[in-house]
Amino acid sequence: MTLETVLLVASALLAVGLYGALSQQVVVMVMMGLELMIAGVLLALGGFWWFLSPDPSGQVLLLVVLAAMTVEMATGFAVATLLHRRAGSDMTDMATELHE
Amino acid sequence: MSTVSTVSTVSTMGLVDVAFWACALVAVAMGVLVFVVDSMARATYALAASFVATGGALLLMQQSYLGVVVVLMMVMEMAVMAVYMVMFMGMNPALMPMSMVHSHRAAIGVAVVTFVALGSGAVLVPWPERRGSPSPDVTEALGTAIMESHMLVMMVVGPVMVATIVVGVLLSSSRTRYDRMGDDLDQPALDPPALERREERR
Repeated sequence: MTLETVLLVASALLAVGLYGALSQQVVVMVMMGLELMIAGVLLALGGFWWFLSPDPSGQVLLLVVLAAMTVEMATGFAVATLLHRRAGSDMTDMATELHE
Repeated sequence: MSTVSTVSTVSTMGLVDVAFWACALVAVAMGVLVFVVDSMARATYALAASFVATGGALLLMQQSYLGVVVVLMMVMEMAVMAVYMVMFMGMNPALMPMSMVHSHRAAIGVAVVTFVALGSGAVLVPWPERRGSPSPDVTEALGTAIMESHMLVMMVVGPVMVATIVVGVLLSSSRTRYDRMGDDLDQPALDPPALERREERR
């Protein structure tokens, strides 16, 4: 386990998540992609912390990323619920009111 | 004596490496499976497994608190997601085949380019040496940091979480008192509250 390998795994997670966030149509699946991307960021930050500068400030940054993940998830679910109520759908392609 | 300690250090390092690669493999493979399996329930379980493995990798880097929080949070989150699927999709999520994608090739291209760019950066950048060493109790150090030197972070994260709760409730509720009684709550109610309606039905 070295910094390079941790970062490689984190890049793989981020890339897979990016694919999901770009390609999926269902809002919940898009959120899963975003979550995977944040997991990659978490892992990379953990690697930086452990291999470069293991003092508590880095961990506080990790905590902030974790909080961002929670906010993303809760708000995402709420927006998906709103979409479902208003449009009866949970697909991103049908939420185009701003485009029209 | 030194030979014994060297051997034990090497075997510990070996174990950590094996555990890390196992976690890494599970995290990435399950992450890919999320978008390969044909039902949303399986995707949810795959994502949960991927996150548990990510938490495991964090644990290997001595982040006992954050690693455990990641695992606990994601398991709960996937439980919420399962409830959500049953609530809104009205289906047996395990049996419903599903493939709903757009711009498939472009997305794969962007993902591969991202991985190559980030991965080559990770390998080619001459990373500096480690500075300092972790405190004996990493969790205690984190707790002290957010309650002392980095208290501002905690003071910001707290209200953000409360705001998230308010936003979540507001966005997802179908009909609030503002819908019924106007923005200033001074109009007569548009429709009887749920209790009265229930009594009328009787």
